[in-house]
Amino acid sequence: MAETQAQPRHAELGLTDQDVLDMYRAMLLARAVDERMWLMQRAGKIAFIISGQGHEGAQVATTWPLRRNHDWLAPYYRSIASAITFGMTAEDIITAHLAKGDDVSSGGRQMPGHYGGAPYNIVSLSSPVGTQVLHAVGIAMGAWARGEDVVALTSYGEGTANQGEVHEAMNFAGVHRLPVIFVCENNGYAISVPLEKQVGGLSVAARAQGYGFPGVTVDGDDPLACYAAAKEAHERGRRGDGPTLIEARVVRLTSHSSDDDQRRYRDPAEVEALKQQDPLVGFGRQLRELGVLTDELDQQLRAEAKAEINEASRRAEARPEPDVSAAERHVYADGEA
Amino acid sequence: MAEVTYRQAVARGIAQEMERDASVVMLGEDIGAAGGVFKTTEGLLDRFGPERVRDTPISEQAIIGAAMGAAMTGLRPVAELMFSDFFGVAWDMVANQVAKMRYMTDGQVALPLVIRTANGGGLRFGAQHSQSVENWAMAIPGLKVVAPSTPADVVGLMAAAIRDPDPVVFCEHKALLADKGEVPDGEHVDELGRARVARTGTDATVVALAAMVPRAVEAAERLAEDGIELEVIDLRSLVPLDVSTVLESVRRTTRLFTVEENPRLCGWGAEIASIVAEEGIYDLDGPIVRITTPHIPLAANPVLEDEQMPSVGRIADTVHRTLRATA
Ligand SMILES: Cc1ncc(C[n+]2csc(CCOP(=O)(O)OP(=O)(O)O)c2C)c(N)n1
Ligand SMILES: [Mg+2]
Repeated sequence: MAETQAQPRHAELGLTDQDVLDMYRAMLLARAVDERMWLMQRAGKIAFIISGQGHEGAQVATTWPLRRNHDWLAPYYRSIASAITFGMTAEDIITAHLAKGDDVSSGGRQMPGHYGGAPYNIVSLSSPVGTQVLHAVGIAMGAWARGEDVVALTSYGEGTANQGEVHEAMNFAGVHRLPVIFVCENNGYAISVPLEKQVGGLSVAARAQGYGFPGVTVDGDDPLACYAAAKEAHERGRRGDGPTLIEARVVRLTSHSSDDDQRRYRDPAEVEALKQQDPLVGFGRQLRELGVLTDELDQQLRAEAKAEINEASRRAEARPEPDVSAAERHVYADGEA
Repeated sequence: MAEVTYRQAVARGIAQEMERDASVVMLGEDIGAAGGVFKTTEGLLDRFGPERVRDTPISEQAIIGAAMGAAMTGLRPVAELMFSDFFGVAWDMVANQVAKMRYMTDGQVALPLVIRTANGGGLRFGAQHSQSVENWAMAIPGLKVVAPSTPADVVGLMAAAIRDPDPVVFCEHKALLADKGEVPDGEHVDELGRARVARTGTDATVVALAAMVPRAVEAAERLAEDGIELEVIDLRSLVPLDVSTVLESVRRTTRLFTVEENPRLCGWGAEIASIVAEEGIYDLDGPIVRITTPHIPLAANPVLEDEQMPSVGRIADTVHRTLRATA
């Protein structure tokens, strides 16, 4: 490569070759975990699953600027790749899906897809959608009150963006200039209901302006673009300049959940065409163009992800069921601190 | 008579009313092309069109608030809350607005609307997707509360709820959706506030609701093998409450048990127990016993959830033990 050429795109963003390979690795692992969840659900081992396939690029990239065990993540049920990027292991995730007794998220209490864990600064997910968005605002407010340099990132879908509490969260964060990154992963559907029946005006990002902070739309299939937006948002938050809304346009490659069949409301040709926008394929191509990834390395990374999920599944399945006596524990403090 | 599933009965009951009354409209999340996430509204979009079967954004306050506005001005909306746990999201609209408007306006405003919702546990869905919240609604003056256990009752009570002049919370139990049962041919309309004797018996009265009805009946079959005959009453409706069917049964059996899925404190069974203690005290030959989920949220893990909710075994054992100890 000629010396005179401009820096490669990732380097311009301050990312090393190893960084982008690690991002790709996290995406591969998230996909491997996701595919394993489907398999286990079909095999009757997991009651229900929600997939993140198609969202991995946006999730890894928007979570990447956060500081593990320092900043906070308030994710949603598709956030497999975000959770992995923020420290949860494949084994943690499979264990939680199997609702085993020692699952790090909830000791078998939460249903599948409810990522969380105190050791990781990941807020346990709630089933009513959008509630985590307010919790992120509160975390940012708490940090600000204590004078701590902490940023809270919360993610949710474009359907959820229409809950009153999401609007209240944005306004609250806007008024108090809180260090919150709102990441709306817009995949065009809320279960069966398409964007045009969900979002008046069709843009979630445009709403930020009304609440007094920037809203940007990024191509969710372009992890570097997502990273750039998140990096800026993270810096803005740390500077005390308040929140940012990032609307990442992503694709939902699967049905909404294992209980759903998208052929009922979505043209099969449309679904087939989405595969062209698989972020794993796109990022792999980009990394090859940047000269960072080769076919051999790609194969090696995929083999590593597979080995990791196999080992994680084996270990998770061997974990104990909760003891029935646990059923009544932790409703109240019961003498604990 | 035709056999239909509980979930088909939901769509059938609504369709029957939409067919006869053009003011009946539906709104909710994924009720159209998807046919409802529980497939309880399948076929209704094709039959009645998008004006009457409206998919909404994920905005539960808007669903209930808009249903209320539409009802004030002459429609009979059937609004869906996908899971009854999401009452929490829309509770101001339900408890402060919908429930009280007739009263606050001195009767000027009527709200003939139905809030349908998937209620109850047993599906490993955890603490925020499994609750039995019928007693939340029961605590609010102005709301009627219905929770059927059979396909025939789903159709008949749905029709009655839609025709009722007041707001009705209609609880569809998730664990019963695949159950089959006979539904009368032709138009079927039932009556709110009338309990049904699901099984006749002489030794004790067991009052149950929704998914606890089949469990109580199964427990009764088990105890019958030991010569104990339980009368099982399916309450069907909490508001209005059919007190006389319960009192009449207790007069004959002299014993009362309730089986509740909701957490123990302030469950509807406490209300039944208190009514029977006040009005049927001389008929009782033993303590009133409530069989409930403890005062805890439900867990997703099957081992935990099965331990928490009243099971056939726990119902049978509790009744057996109590009758023996106080014979
Ligand atoms: C308050 C509330 N209403 C409804 C639901 C049911 N529900 C779960 S996910 C979902 C769709 C969300 O769509 P979107 O926000 O676009 O996210 P996506 O699933 O597409 O990523 C709905 C309606 C819920 N969990 N909570
Ligand atoms: Mg969506």
